[in-house]
Amino acid sequence: MNGDRPRLISLRNPWFTASVGAISILFVFTVFVGFVWLPSAQNDALFKGLLNAICSAAGVPKAWLSEASPPIQPKTPVSSVVLTPDMLGGASSGGSIGRGATLALRCTMCHGARGVSAANTPNLAGQYAPSIYKELRDFQSGARTSAIMAPMVVGLSDQDLSDLSAYYASLPRSNAPPAQQVHSEPNIVATGSPMRNIAPCGSCHGDLATKLGAPWLGPQPREYLKSQLEAFANGSRHNDISAQMRNIARNMTADEINASASYYAGSR
Amino acid sequence: MISNRRLVLAHFWLAFAVFGLAILLGEWQMFIRSPLHGWLHNPDLYYRSVTAHGTVMGYVFPTLVAMGFGYAICELSLDQPLIGRRWAWVGYAMIIVGSVAAVVPVALGLDSVLYTFYPPMIGNAFYYIGVVLVVVGSWVWVVLMGVNLNAWKRAHPGAPVPLPMFANVAAAYLWGWTAVGAALELLFQILPVALGFSNTINAGLSRVLFSWTLHAIVYFWLMPAYIAFYTIVPRAIGGRLYSDTMARVSFALFLVFSMPIGIHHLFADPQVGSGFKFIHSVFTAMVTIPTLLTVFTICASVEIAARLRGGKGVFGWLKALPWDNPQMLALAFSFVMLGFGGAGGLINMSYQLDSTVHNTQWITGHFHLIFGGAVVIMYFAIAYDLWPHLTGRAMQDLSLIRTQLWLWFVGMIVTTFPWHYVGILGMPRRMAYFDYSAPGLSGEGITVIMSTVGGALLVVSALLFLLILYRNHSASRAETTPFTFSRAIHEPTSLPLALNGLGLWVGLMIALTITNYGYPIAQLIGLHDAQVPAVFIGGKR
Repeated sequence: MNGDRPRLISLRNPWFTASVGAISILFVFTVFVGFVWLPSAQNDALFKGLLNAICSAAGVPKAWLSEASPPIQPKTPVSSVVLTPDMLGGASSGGSIGRGATLALRCTMCHGARGVSAANTPNLAGQYAPSIYKELRDFQSGARTSAIMAPMVVGLSDQDLSDLSAYYASLPRSNAPPAQQVHSEPNIVATGSPMRNIAPCGSCHGDLATKLGAPWLGPQPREYLKSQLEAFANGSRHNDISAQMRNIARNMTADEINASASYYAGSR
Repeated sequence: MISNRRLVLAHFWLAFAVFGLAILLGEWQMFIRSPLHGWLHNPDLYYRSVTAHGTVMGYVFPTLVAMGFGYAICELSLDQPLIGRRWAWVGYAMIIVGSVAAVVPVALGLDSVLYTFYPPMIGNAFYYIGVVLVVVGSWVWVVLMGVNLNAWKRAHPGAPVPLPMFANVAAAYLWGWTAVGAALELLFQILPVALGFSNTINAGLSRVLFSWTLHAIVYFWLMPAYIAFYTIVPRAIGGRLYSDTMARVSFALFLVFSMPIGIHHLFADPQVGSGFKFIHSVFTAMVTIPTLLTVFTICASVEIAARLRGGKGVFGWLKALPWDNPQMLALAFSFVMLGFGGAGGLINMSYQLDSTVHNTQWITGHFHLIFGGAVVIMYFAIAYDLWPHLTGRAMQDLSLIRTQLWLWFVGMIVTTFPWHYVGILGMPRRMAYFDYSAPGLSGEGITVIMSTVGGALLVVSALLFLLILYRNHSASRAETTPFTFSRAIHEPTSLPLALNGLGLWVGLMIALTITNYGYPIAQLIGLHDAQVPAVFIGGKR
């Protein structure tokens, strides 16, 4: 066409050929080293062969361990409940509160007529629905053991559990104490102990933040909180996912268990 | 001659005002984590502060400096009034609205997600919308820079594009393309969750998209400093630019190599294959080429100035340099910090060595030394050089300026060197408190105190800087000589097409983005198992 006018993208433009050529060579070289040479140097049977080397370097998902032995089954039943953020989220998406209230009649002897009781059982009024649901499912499956709770939930359907959870979540929390009684939180609640891998209680159980599945702890009976922390510490309670609470409670001192239980029992 | 002084001043003043506020947050963060202060009982306050500090220092401050400087360069180097002045003000307004929309929810504790967003953490949608507005406002500038350059080229066919404008438009195009990654992440991953349309997020994909932005944004921050190296400093110290071609090649290579390297931020991420990590590592290493080209060219230019002033000998010419000139001082400090920061950066970008410092205070030290040190000190220099031309008044506080620059340099070294040291010892970054009572950590408390002291020097220096600029507005009026950029020894009379426009380099930038990011992004989009539940921040307590 117009042979006189110089063109940028043209093999006769040395700037074009040199820059594109040099970068292409660099790219091809790095691809060879990164996708063929380095992975081939891995001394692992699973990475042998050109295709395996390239796939592993590209990050293609593959069942690398499919030929290995299956995972070891735990000796005790563990929780299999999956919680997602939209589960039991609001009154609309969760269960029926009215139906839950009828079902809850069987719970009142221990947990109180309106989800609050002085019997050292957990206060359920205002508890997060996913937390109640998870515990009920764990009582059913045996992941959490209780001679009292197991027979109570044995015949309940999944919908029953959702309805119960929605009902208790809808109840008002027991009255918070007056402001002057709210003492400042102990270190274990506010800051945890980073060097012992203890996250602050408040970062999951309320105060600083909440996490899905972690129950609201204020106000709960002191004896109940203390006994549960000790049960996590000695492993007799084991329905916490990935042993989160067992690992925390095991590292807590007796003083810290007392301090956190007292704080959550009395501060609000 | 700048006809839009108010536009340029508005950008600079807003940039420096938010900078002055954000630096106070930074110093507070150092103080409350040091042994001088007990543990913060509400760690969220720390994360709020980090989010605000990062958002202002990473998005708002450098973007406004680049924009204000860009508008000034556009008029000064092309010698034509800015086309699209109204649009420029629209972009400026978007940045103000976006900044307010972003910072208010952060201050309320609804968005303690840090400026890198960290999905699957999700905060209040207003923060993300605010950041998007800031980015879109800056894209107005990107478009205007391209429009103005093209208008000039049409009016001056075949004439060499002035170097400052060439570099300025390179910076604009770099930003225009690199911001696409974070914009995609915000629009298609984070905002749908933040607005309640979805409860799960592809965190791996989000992080890869953010890395698209995360490294090239650093070079966007760097560009005004490099433009000052090439086009202001040699003139200000009475020398000539050693090579105009070398300067253009450096900016072109920055455009090409700063984009396809962001995965070096994801060396510890499992969702990206090791092959791509290696490629990005190698391409990161390529950035040393334009960096060293610049160091060489600027040192040669400085030597020219020294010899013109009668400097002799192999090293004796160093004594003949105008060390009392703030531009000389800023350049020297900038290069020292660039040297240390760059050496540290070689550790970060190396796939294997990175694992020893990944997510430690070393990283914090590295980017503060490079950006807060080498780059921001040149922002100061740019302001000092430009201010008399913006206000029409003489800059009288030369000794105060020197004090300010010295304080910034010393403060930054004292702040960042301890961070590098404890980073090697393994001190993690982004912690609201450190347990100095643990036997292994008790010795590290002193380093945090050192950084706190360094931070205090930086605060004093920043206040001095603002004071100097403010006082200039009421200084005596002076007949300023017309603003000029540095002249090269051999000024270009005609340039090869490749160096008189950015087409080739933008093309290579986009091509390398596709080769280096295409597969990881496509793979993660198709990987539906990668959707994870969002972790909502700042919700019910």
